Amino acid sequence: MSLWRGAQQGRYETYKVPLRENQTVLDVVTFVQRHLDPTLSYRFACRVGMCGSCAMTVNGRPRWTCRTHVSRVAARGQLKIGPLENLPVIKDLATDMRPFFEKWQQAKGAFAPSRTRREDIEPIRPDSPARMAADAAIECINCAICHAACDTVRWNSDYLGPAALNRAWTLVNDVRDGATNERLQAVAATGGCHACHSHQSCQELCPQQLNPTASIAGLKRRTTWAYLKGEI
Amino acid sequence: MTLGHLRHRQSVLWIAALVHRLSGLALAVFLPVHFLTLGLAIRGEAPLESFLRWSDQPLVKLAESALVFLLMLHMLGGLRLLVIENLPWRGGQKEAAAIAAGLSAAIALFLLARMF
Amino acid sequence: MNVRLYVWQRLTAAIMAPLVLAHIVVIFYATRKGLSAADILARTRGSVVWASFYGAFVVAAAIHAAIGIRNVLSEWSPLQDRGAGMLASAFGVLLFLLGARAVIAVVLP
Repeated sequence: MSLWRGAQQGRYETYKVPLRENQTVLDVVTFVQRHLDPTLSYRFACRVGMCGSCAMTVNGRPRWTCRTHVSRVAARGQLKIGPLENLPVIKDLATDMRPFFEKWQQAKGAFAPSRTRREDIEPIRPDSPARMAADAAIECINCAICHAACDTVRWNSDYLGPAALNRAWTLVNDVRDGATNERLQAVAATGGCHACHSHQSCQELCPQQLNPTASIAGLKRRTTWAYLKGEI
Repeated sequence: MTLGHLRHRQSVLWIAALVHRLSGLALAVFLPVHFLTLGLAIRGEAPLESFLRWSDQPLVKLAESALVFLLMLHMLGGLRLLVIENLPWRGGQKEAAAIAAGLSAAIALFLLARMF
Repeated sequence: MNVRLYVWQRLTAAIMAPLVLAHIVVIFYATRKGLSAADILARTRGSVVWASFYGAFVVAAAIHAAIGIRNVLSEWSPLQDRGAGMLASAFGVLLFLLGARAVIAVVLP
């Protein structure tokens, strides 16, 4: 298998790792670091598909390495593992996630409360259309696989990206949130939802089976309507 | 634009987006030529007539149906996007993209057949 | 791409859908009948209908193509937003001028 070593500049180096029956890509990366080369840098945490820290590019596709079985992806026993795309590389397989989270903030992806503890809790029906729309997109754990997969992110440095926009969509559908207008303005600006070309790479590769393309389409409708009404 | 990452871009929808973009570019290049040709009529019908006679040859007819193919591809692909963007989400996008391509080819081939 | 450009691009796209269909039908008809320049011009000269149809088509196409070109330039060329916008606008103006000239050429009696 070959692993990316270096930073933005670097090269793939080859390692020989024993093939076992039940083996994830994270297992083989860990084997390299523990037995072959302790200078290898990579990230993981939960190793059971909950945290998203172990996302890397495996044979050209961004995946959670802890949930990717070697047998499923290693064509003819070959594995090529690199850091996530579309993010600066710190070292080897670890990327700088700051641009990803900065775009999250730019898209106003944070909840803005509209009530205080002195008021009653707002009742939300789980079967209301807005809540169902939000719930369908809410399980994002910020692993950046969609961001790495998206070619519009690659081609357009202004583009906020599928994860940030998907989160903005959940908040736009949250009736408790008080920053809807600012959020719509943020996602209607250059690099916002309208830059999406609906490739659906995000939807295809999201390990949580989310559909940012659909969320972004929803944002397109909301912002267009707000624009035509003169609200943004 | 780097091409090194294209090796894993095998998704139908990614290819559909590329086809949509390339067909748009081709049409954008074609349009000024098309307008200049029609503008020949400004000097009377003779210049336009001699162009139409020139365009009677098989290769030009082939090119014309290729242009119709590109136009239909671009429009049907665009309509697929307008549906995604303006109506509630529906699955079956890969199938829709394939149908758009097939329909475009059918119409262009039909035109080609009728020209001969 | 922002909401303003998006609205103009999608709007002109929607407007052009029926125009394109009609245009394809016209192409089928003209090629089947083997129309000569004289035949075509006899139909279009002095026609308010054809003038409106192709006039609207030219305007919509110029706007739509210019915005599309702008997107392609800003994503696939080293140009930034401003440069891409300027080049795309120039292209849109060119299309409009050539298109208007073509419509005038076939519609003027």
